[in-house]
Amino acid sequence: MASENTPADTFPKLLVRNARIFAERPALRHKDLGIWQTWTWAQVLEAVRAYAVGLSRLGVRRGDTIAIVGANRPKLYWSVMAAQMLGAVPVPVYADAVADELANVLVHAEVKFAAVEDQEQVDKILSVADRLPKLERMFYDQKKGLRDYDHSKLHCIDDVIADGRNALALDAKVGAWIDGEIAAGKGSDTSIILYTSGTTGQSKGVVLSAQGCIDAGSDTVAFDRLNEHDEALAYLPLAWVGDHYLNYVQGLIAGFCIACPESTDTAMQDLREIGPSFYFAPPRTFEQMLTRVMIRMEDAGFFKRHLFHFFIDVARRYGEKILNGQPVPLHGRLVYAIGKVLVYGPLKNVLGLSRVRVAYTAGEAIGPDLFSFYRSLGMNLKQLYGQTEAFLYVTAQPDGQIYADTVGAKLPNVDIRIADNGEVQFKSPGMFVSYFKDEAKTKEAMTADGYVKTGDAGFFDEKTGHLKIIDRAKDVGRLKDGTLFPPKYIENKLKFHPNIREAVAYGDGRDFVAAMINIDLAAVGAWAERHNVVYGSYQELAGHPLVYDLIARDIDETNRSLLDEKVMAGAQIKRFLILPKELDADDGELTRTQKVRRRFIAERYAPFIKALYDGSREADIATEVTFEDGRKGVLSARVKIRDVATTPVARDLEKAA
Amino acid sequence: MRAPADSAAVAGEVLLSVQNVSLSFGGVKAIQNVSFDIRKSEVRAIIGPNGAGKTSMLNVINGFYQPQSGSITFKGVARSNMRPYDAAHGGIARTFQNVALFRGMSALDNIMAGRTLKMRRGFFWQLVRFGPAVAEEVEHRLKVEEIIDFLEIPAIRKVPVGRLPYGLQKRVELGRALAMEPDLLLLDEPMAGMNLEEKEDMSRFIVDVNEHYGTTIALIEHDMGVVMDLSDRVVVLDHGAKIADATPQEVKRDQSVIDAYLGVAH
Repeated sequence: MASENTPADTFPKLLVRNARIFAERPALRHKDLGIWQTWTWAQVLEAVRAYAVGLSRLGVRRGDTIAIVGANRPKLYWSVMAAQMLGAVPVPVYADAVADELANVLVHAEVKFAAVEDQEQVDKILSVADRLPKLERMFYDQKKGLRDYDHSKLHCIDDVIADGRNALALDAKVGAWIDGEIAAGKGSDTSIILYTSGTTGQSKGVVLSAQGCIDAGSDTVAFDRLNEHDEALAYLPLAWVGDHYLNYVQGLIAGFCIACPESTDTAMQDLREIGPSFYFAPPRTFEQMLTRVMIRMEDAGFFKRHLFHFFIDVARRYGEKILNGQPVPLHGRLVYAIGKVLVYGPLKNVLGLSRVRVAYTAGEAIGPDLFSFYRSLGMNLKQLYGQTEAFLYVTAQPDGQIYADTVGAKLPNVDIRIADNGEVQFKSPGMFVSYFKDEAKTKEAMTADGYVKTGDAGFFDEKTGHLKIIDRAKDVGRLKDGTLFPPKYIENKLKFHPNIREAVAYGDGRDFVAAMINIDLAAVGAWAERHNVVYGSYQELAGHPLVYDLIARDIDETNRSLLDEKVMAGAQIKRFLILPKELDADDGELTRTQKVRRRFIAERYAPFIKALYDGSREADIATEVTFEDGRKGVLSARVKIRDVATTPVARDLEKAA
Repeated sequence: MRAPADSAAVAGEVLLSVQNVSLSFGGVKAIQNVSFDIRKSEVRAIIGPNGAGKTSMLNVINGFYQPQSGSITFKGVARSNMRPYDAAHGGIARTFQNVALFRGMSALDNIMAGRTLKMRRGFFWQLVRFGPAVAEEVEHRLKVEEIIDFLEIPAIRKVPVGRLPYGLQKRVELGRALAMEPDLLLLDEPMAGMNLEEKEDMSRFIVDVNEHYGTTIALIEHDMGVVMDLSDRVVVLDHGAKIADATPQEVKRDQSVIDAYLGVAH
């Protein structure tokens, strides 16, 4: 084959390479009917070639766009590969998007085909079919419930593959033709279009080139020394840049195996069974894991509980130092070794993290306590900073240089600078080509000399040389007296408390900082049970005076930690309230990646904001909520507002901001 | 809303017919001279106000009660009474109004229990778990795993059912009944005590079972919306007697049914 010695510049070529050099090594696993099924690289290539032939017989052509909608299932990954083999462009869409959101993306991307997981997604697309005149055919993975549907434009992926296999077996020319199609792919081809989650408004289609994706992926594969012996659990949303990069791209480049969980609900059990060596999770997942462990330890017997706390203390003292290769007294090493046998090893095993060699977290800031908890157990957890436009990575922490409050140093071949307004700007190998069909937005996102504007404010830490991100550049505000107010920074500090699930802080152009809090039902619920606090609903628990006391203590602590940082001392929280409902992406209050949409929340809960600043003790609200099945209802509540004592600061310290 | 039963379904072969069945407990006449039939691959609903004799009827069909008079014809064989064992062997499976599962056993084991009748190897072979017994277990496990997948409960496969919420227990119970690969599935108030979301899930599973496996289903239900949406034909009982037997649309308009439900001045 021509690509024998030239480095592969598209993913189908990489697949061909892997089938040659890693032939019998596992490429993909999926738990089906309770048993892990494995495909080798050779088998994946065979299936994907047949799939691509089948697709072309159904009319898929070079340049067509194909929507990919569903959870992480092998056949959807194959759909991405098969599309790329034909030179078509896969467009993954968030599987939990409601029909209207889904339609927006499909219309914008002008999709002609869609590969979907199951009946649910088929129904969703059919329900908006009149908005999609260009949609020709749909391919589905799971047959259940679809037997009686009209199959003139609907095909089971298995049938498409079988049809392709048949064609390949009947005529040798077909095989030669598909190999020709693979060879015809160029590095400059559009590899994929990833739609942003829409943290900052309407989601945009980020166009990425094959060569860019492969260059970026090769750098990080080398950076973390990933190889064909690694394994990752593919449980992140298929449409998110993180899943495409960490699993699909790195997997194909390094030749490691990706494992698809049985279903979304079983991901945590599957994690334990697979025991991945490369693991990524957003801080929220690490937090939930820790919360679950802590709750279960509170319910454990006296002996176990004390054993656990004793050794976790030991780990706090020595664990991170041992991991970083810093000097530790001999007795510290000894006690830590015992703890490893009795607590850390079993704990990591229960969480499914025993074999993790490299773990990353990103997306939101991670609490220093949370971060060092996992590191102290001996897990190599690191942070990275990136975005869809960069094809994920901009910076990452090298092994041994880990700090909870930085996002790491710039990666090889990445160029970063800080603009005058504090905004981080970069140039990187995986940098996006353009926004799909949006020249104006593309121009807006780039500087004249070709740097991408991240929209994040940050600075390089003097001690370490690592990048620190404080907030979205446009979100950093100032109080009336000029004190710096980065809302996300304060919110993150609040969220480090296990009782607080989500927080929204306000203060820009105001006299003081105020916050709206979402309690964590698991943590506060367990606390309520232990303290005999009776409640009938989330709303009732959230409004309970004792819960207010509990949260007030957390806010007090947050204020004290803000006081420690000169720049932030003036931004202590003066008043707060607890929201009567959980912030939810279905109501538009969070993005699909679970980030708060501060401005939207401010409009929706306007009476609360008003009350927080006019000194009222209570506020009423009636707001529309969307239930999981799409129905709407009205939530009305009266919510109390609490004052918190703050420590006054000297003026000169504030000026330092 | 499903399409009204078309003529083909109505003309389907009769799977089970109940002829002139009467049942009384002492002086209480639970069922009086009731006849109706259940046709292959249909969803048949039995409805009626409280105490109308719906559950008694189901118990007669699967042989738990012996009727004093009348006969039951199942797959062409007429019997004056049916024993539960015969019913199970003949391909009738059921779920109960109150969940009746082995609470300490996992969801998987509970569904596996539904395969008991299909196991050919005896107690001894199962005990030593060797050779053919293993092969057989693998074969049954595959069937059970398909059901677990079908009912979307892989996440609770190994959880003791006593720890599961009610809606999921109901689903496990349905799974156990399905594990028998029944020709006729009797569901006694499958939606009782469920919230809206659980009801919607359960309705979808009932439709799926009917369409996917072609299983004939007879169900008792109080939720009229559910009955009207799911069933092809409806039998209405009141005080042990049959007062109507027609399609959901016709039943809805039937004056005697409306009277039975809303009460009427005598």
